[in-house]
Amino acid sequence: MKFYGLIDGSEKSLIHFLGTLSGVDQTGADSRAATLATRSIKTTSKRFAIDLVISMVDLTTLEGADTPEKVRALCAKAVRPDPSDLTVPSVGAICVYNDMVSIARAQLDLLGGNHIPVAAVATAFPSGRASMAVKMQDTEDAISAGAGEIDMVIDRGAFLSGRYMEVFEEIRTIREICGERAHLKVILETGELVTYDNVRRASFLAMLAGADFIKTSTGKVAPAATASVVLVMLEAVRDFYQMTERRIGVKPAGGIRTTKDAIKQLVLVKETAGPEWLTPSLFRIGASSLLNDLLMQRMKMRTGYYTSPNYVTID
Amino acid sequence: MSERLEVRKTYKLYINGAFPRSESGRTYELRSEDGSFIANPCLASRKDLRDAVTAARAAQSGWANATAYNRGQILYRIAEMMDGRIDQFAREISLLDGISRKEAEMEVRAATDRWVWYAGWSDKLGAIAGATNPVSGPFYNFTIPEPLGVVGAIAPERKSLLGLIDAIAPVILSGNTVVALASTRAPLPAITLAEVIATSDLPKGVCNILTGKRGELAPWFASHMDIDGLDITGVEEPSLIAEIKVSGAQNLKRIHSFEGHPSPQRILAFMESKTIWHPIGV
Repeated sequence: MKFYGLIDGSEKSLIHFLGTLSGVDQTGADSRAATLATRSIKTTSKRFAIDLVISMVDLTTLEGADTPEKVRALCAKAVRPDPSDLTVPSVGAICVYNDMVSIARAQLDLLGGNHIPVAAVATAFPSGRASMAVKMQDTEDAISAGAGEIDMVIDRGAFLSGRYMEVFEEIRTIREICGERAHLKVILETGELVTYDNVRRASFLAMLAGADFIKTSTGKVAPAATASVVLVMLEAVRDFYQMTERRIGVKPAGGIRTTKDAIKQLVLVKETAGPEWLTPSLFRIGASSLLNDLLMQRMKMRTGYYTSPNYVTID
Repeated sequence: MSERLEVRKTYKLYINGAFPRSESGRTYELRSEDGSFIANPCLASRKDLRDAVTAARAAQSGWANATAYNRGQILYRIAEMMDGRIDQFAREISLLDGISRKEAEMEVRAATDRWVWYAGWSDKLGAIAGATNPVSGPFYNFTIPEPLGVVGAIAPERKSLLGLIDAIAPVILSGNTVVALASTRAPLPAITLAEVIATSDLPKGVCNILTGKRGELAPWFASHMDIDGLDITGVEEPSLIAEIKVSGAQNLKRIHSFEGHPSPQRILAFMESKTIWHPIGV
């Protein structure tokens, strides 16, 4: 059914629907996230969690200084994160800028990583400040170059000034371009949304407009994926599932650098959205340096002694 | 007037320029020879060691890139700060070692002098350990000593302050960073030394000081792949020394134990030689 039967597509119905959403208790959300963060995950559970997180990593490089060589090296790492240990799973995806998509796709295919999708950041990432025509072309370019996932940014300015319909239409348009060809992740940039109420509202808006995933941040703004914000978004996808029976994915990105942080995210997922979300098709973590820490922790668990950054790649 | 409440000190670890408690939450009790309570220092765990090594690794290249002159100045500054704390050091040493205050003060002065002695070596080492090598070709050929990286140091139980200074100063002087384990029996001067270091312009992470049990931590020092060298002067038990040497060998760790008077050899033990060829006349 169109818009899951929750709205009829008019501005009035959208605003009415967003108005019916319950507010978020900020203190409650912070303390719930803090409580869940204290849970200790050890031994076999930790080993399981590390491999799961590796398979959920969207290995990312989004720098102005990116080169084809760097992207190719990253692809090699994505397919086989630890060349000395074949039991390490491949990562969830490679996340690059538009112009690197074809290079990444070709390299992944060359290295036997056909199953690893390339995610492209699109729609004038990271600010989203461009005309709709540019954003559409940006998306089309990425998909025709082989991107299987599109990470679009929303117009936070429009959202904050209450022009919800504008944001809604923007996401819908990009959704239509993606069609069946690419998954759509919608970046809310929660660091700029000010309140948790706004995060919840933006999450629902993106889901209604056709997002497959909602993503916290671009990684260019601090704070990025704080535990509380991820909790609020996970509650949103859980509530959305109860309304529509459709599971939307969540992708925290930015600021998750250690295994400990990543495992805390898994605890949040399991306790908030539910164990069904503990799969790369419904939960991803956007990160670059995290993967090395995961590999080092894995080596520590395998060998029994602390390892050194000399044994993982420089990136 | 009511009696003043005693302000008691919490003795903590020194990691990355901060004073955290042990992540394990453990402490152990220190008592003087007559059995009276002295303090509850932290009983560091292997994870505290891991955190300290991470901090030391992050600080290493920046510290090594400081000029030798600058490193010497900062080390001298530490000696200046130590000199202002003679009373505090002496009180702790006389309490823990059961020696007179006067003897304790002499030990602190000797320790400060030792630190100054090491500080002076920083810009002179190259002259004694470096060389211009004769080669058959149109090249200049230099050998210069360079720091090893991150060094672990297990300080001796006796002469707690002087021993700790012998463990730390020669290591960091050359541009290494250090994770030191203080005397288990007498850790208080080590924590005071950490307070001195924290106020002496030494960049955070260059010197990290743990208090705890050597039997528990030494094997982790030896097996940690990111510790390049290890001073085990403070390990006395032969079986523990053997265990350290075996697991240290697996990651090619440079392991030393020192005796006798201080010498520049103690500094060079944790350095390696780099040889550079430079064409003449181009």
